Amino acid sequence: MQVPAQVEYEKATSVEQALSLLARYAPGARILAGGHSLIPMMKLRLAQPDVLVDINAIPGLRYIETAGAELRIGALARHADLLGASLAGEHFTILHDAERVIADPVVRNWGTIGGSLCQADPSEDLSAAFAALKGSMIVHGPDGSREVSARAFHTGPYQTVVGPAEMLTEIRLPIRPGGGSAYMKVARRIGDWPIGAAGAAVWLAGNGDRIDDVGIGLTAVGATHFVAAEAEDFLRGQPADEQTLARAGAIAAEHCRPASDLRGPADYKRHLVQELTTRVLRVAVQRARGLAS
Amino acid sequence: MKITVTVNGTDYSQVVEPRLLLIHFLRDELRLTGSHWGCDTSNCGACVVWLDETPVKSCTVLAVMADGRQITTVEGLARGGALDPVQEAFATCHGLQCGFCTPGMIMTARWLLDHNPDPSPAEVREAISGQVCRCTGYENIVKSVLWAAKHDGDDGDDADE
Repeated sequence: MQVPAQVEYEKATSVEQALSLLARYAPGARILAGGHSLIPMMKLRLAQPDVLVDINAIPGLRYIETAGAELRIGALARHADLLGASLAGEHFTILHDAERVIADPVVRNWGTIGGSLCQADPSEDLSAAFAALKGSMIVHGPDGSREVSARAFHTGPYQTVVGPAEMLTEIRLPIRPGGGSAYMKVARRIGDWPIGAAGAAVWLAGNGDRIDDVGIGLTAVGATHFVAAEAEDFLRGQPADEQTLARAGAIAAEHCRPASDLRGPADYKRHLVQELTTRVLRVAVQRARGLAS
Repeated sequence: MKITVTVNGTDYSQVVEPRLLLIHFLRDELRLTGSHWGCDTSNCGACVVWLDETPVKSCTVLAVMADGRQITTVEGLARGGALDPVQEAFATCHGLQCGFCTPGMIMTARWLLDHNPDPSPAEVREAISGQVCRCTGYENIVKSVLWAAKHDGDDGDDADE
């Protein structure tokens, strides 16, 4: 039987109240959103907060909408909300590709986007997707809010820039014309964490045959900030042809640092990175050209 | 902490420890043992109940998180002594063997049909993909859900065909 240790519980009904509760109990307080990462960690006593600050009752944190040239996702949006939002899929197919392979439908009903990001599991899929899309996170604290690049949000496994008295409130993704994106994951079974996964967003120029800009995210393979930076650098300005995309896959595989574990040996994961990166780039280019759905 | 939870239409006010999981609140405090406590790791889905009309794994929700909310368990599906068509279907199509996964399967299936009244076999499989039947009786579980889709809205008299 898995039971969390004793813990106090506070329910916040506004961001301000949540922040003041966090400040009062920091560093022993943890935000409770969907709880689908935190509660399992508490059962295993890997997390033992003194106080849980439940933010589920805060109105206005669960949304997916566009504002100007951005898609904005409230931190309390559930995974099922993102998968069900046609607005998200219309601009960023990668988000629906990723959501389809995150956990299972029932877990997606209650687990939140913000909670997944703040859990900062190195195997978490959306971190790579948001990195590929060059998004940013809005973090609220006692002194106001700040915007942090998705590529600077994680400071290590299970660690982010969000301080003990701060909370993530929103994810912003810039909408740019001429783009296409895709995500693919290899896992041992449906709903499991990835052995390896890759996501790509490309923006084409010159009648769609040249790569203007690109973002590549890698999951679970030790890529710094979930990004394949060297492969991105190589691709910018290059022709969007098969040979170039395959070369980018090889570069991504060369620079990531997967660990051998129960999910597979490092060389196998490196092979997955090469193949998956090439495949997601291929699909992203096709989607940017309007040739694939 | 004192919480008030509406379960299957009845209000329950109870003092609980914040660390109490919803599945244990339902089974041990309210004695509603229809929902099963299975893997404890949100993998198996035997504990699926509706939290405000959305299926969730109640081993990964704290009872205090349900304060002020509505819970529906498998005990809440039958109406006036008549089984829900999904329950009828599992009996008719031999959709259960040991029965341990059944309450969770039924809650997810009912929710699926409420949102997609005519699902394909693939959509049924996707819907229950977070739920495990260790008797491996998936074939008949899928058959049961499809049977229920066909018989939803029947008045019950012809449910034996």
